[in-house]
Amino acid sequence: MSSATPRTRPRRLGAGDRIFLTVIIGIPLAALLFFVWLPALASLGLSFTTWDGIDLADIHWIGLDNYKEIFTNYPPFWPAVRHNVIWLLFTALLPTPFGIFLAYQLDRRIRFTRIYQTAIFLPMVLSLAVVGFIWEIIYNPDTGLLNGILNAAGSGHHIDWLGNPDLNLWAVLVASGWRHTGYIMILYLAGLKGFDPALKEAAALDGANGRQTFLRVVFPALKPVNIIILVVTVMESLRAFDIVYVLGGGVGSKPGMELLSLLITDNIIGESSHIGYGSALAVVLLLVSLAAIGTFLVQTFRKEDQ
Amino acid sequence: MTTTVTRPASRVRESQTRNTPSAPRRQTGRHLMLAGIALLWLVPLLWAVYTSLRPYADTAKHGYLSWPRSLSLGNFTDAWNQSGMPHFFWNSVLITVPSVLGTLLFSAAVAFFVSRFDFRWNIVLLMLFTAGNLLPAQVLITPLYRLYLLLPLPQWMSDSLLLYNSAWGIIAIHIAYQSGFCTFVLSNYMKTIPKEISEAALVDGAPVWRQFFQIILPLCRPAFAALATLESIWIYNDFFWPLALIESGDKRPITSALANLQGAYFTNPNLIAAGALMTAIPTLLVYFALQRQFISGLTIGSGKG
Repeated sequence: MSSATPRTRPRRLGAGDRIFLTVIIGIPLAALLFFVWLPALASLGLSFTTWDGIDLADIHWIGLDNYKEIFTNYPPFWPAVRHNVIWLLFTALLPTPFGIFLAYQLDRRIRFTRIYQTAIFLPMVLSLAVVGFIWEIIYNPDTGLLNGILNAAGSGHHIDWLGNPDLNLWAVLVASGWRHTGYIMILYLAGLKGFDPALKEAAALDGANGRQTFLRVVFPALKPVNIIILVVTVMESLRAFDIVYVLGGGVGSKPGMELLSLLITDNIIGESSHIGYGSALAVVLLLVSLAAIGTFLVQTFRKEDQ
Repeated sequence: MTTTVTRPASRVRESQTRNTPSAPRRQTGRHLMLAGIALLWLVPLLWAVYTSLRPYADTAKHGYLSWPRSLSLGNFTDAWNQSGMPHFFWNSVLITVPSVLGTLLFSAAVAFFVSRFDFRWNIVLLMLFTAGNLLPAQVLITPLYRLYLLLPLPQWMSDSLLLYNSAWGIIAIHIAYQSGFCTFVLSNYMKTIPKEISEAALVDGAPVWRQFFQIILPLCRPAFAALATLESIWIYNDFFWPLALIESGDKRPITSALANLQGAYFTNPNLIAAGALMTAIPTLLVYFALQRQFISGLTIGSGKG
């Protein structure tokens, strides 16, 4: 839409202006390239090498060996991939639609809507680390709220929510979904504000009920917001780190809760630093994220390109 | 007279017939549901508050799910005094304030360039910045960690003599990484400023730098307010960069230093609850004071429309 804006015609700029413009684009660009893109590309390069991380001269090219190793001979890799996929599916199927549902419910003139919004959005203001600690005192097998309630209800089970490898990922996902729901709700509410209410009324006049109106009229019309929410959900699922780190006890990946992001840090910090492994894992993560990033960029910049 | 009286009456009747009798009841149901969800969403936080207010001896004796014998702020004062929280808060300030200011300045500069000047690479630049912010931090961390170990800093900047283990390193990566998001938001905002304003300034012979500092930046104040709120909370809340790039615990900002607290006091959930809540207080204050800025920052960033 902004494509119609007439561009400023080329005009003569003084030498001072040119220097000023070079500086204001040059310094931030240099910082971005040096601190963000150089490491990202270096991850790619280092993934084909073996290096102990000490002397730059000791970097040796080994081709695809790191990838072969992590695919076939690195036990936590496939569980981590599976957990990342579960994380994504869970987040996409429960907290995200729930956030959309709440946004749709709250996007009308009802009383207390701000109070409801604030309560549900509140976890999003907390850092993921704090969220981790808050849930830690809920899940703690001896002192936590959850087992306290179960005991009070007369169940004799003593469940180690964060220790049991079959349960702990789900426990973390509940905590993460608690935070994610409010995020999606707020993003969707903003999208709904821009929605033409006349369309909704027209659907109501045609006899559509609330659910039909949403699924057939509102949801398709909000395609840009839907894409953003999809991208946010994918990115958050790939980036998941802090909350797992804290709920895992702060010692890196723990059985049942391995994630790619944690394996990467396992491999750079600690005694056994496998730079090549860590980088190969980072490249796997990078390739998956690029799909989401590409979607976002296409969605965002398509209209400007014309 | 009569017509004006009857008209509203007929309208009321009309709306009454259009609304099915079940409408008010449905609204009550909606309120019940939303209030229930909102309450459920607050339970974890309220539980943390409750735990933090109870003395450890009380909970040890009667269990955590019990009525309080006494409530006090003892855990908060203990966490504050014993684990060096004031120091970590100060570290957070030292990292957050320069990072937010730097990010805003850098991204305003880039946004000004890409939105107000028609050079060929505008879209590419904008994409480079935006995509940079979307990369997961873990993709960067392995080489960044090694890079920081290689880059020297003078003694007066960091006693580690390296970018590693120094607040400067954290500030640098925050600025570089967060600029992407802010550039994206600010460039969209600057595009809405009429071109005529810059044209007029040029005709008057004002140099570009004056255009930037005296015309465009002041006009972007609402966007800056939103971004500053959002970025302050994000950077303050960041856990990962200091965890990976600052080795010694006493240099970490409060959010990452919580991990130390966890290690030292894992047997005392009351104290951990108090520490976690205290860490959250600044963000909650900023959020409640500047809620509108925070949310508009979050939502303009998501590229409405």
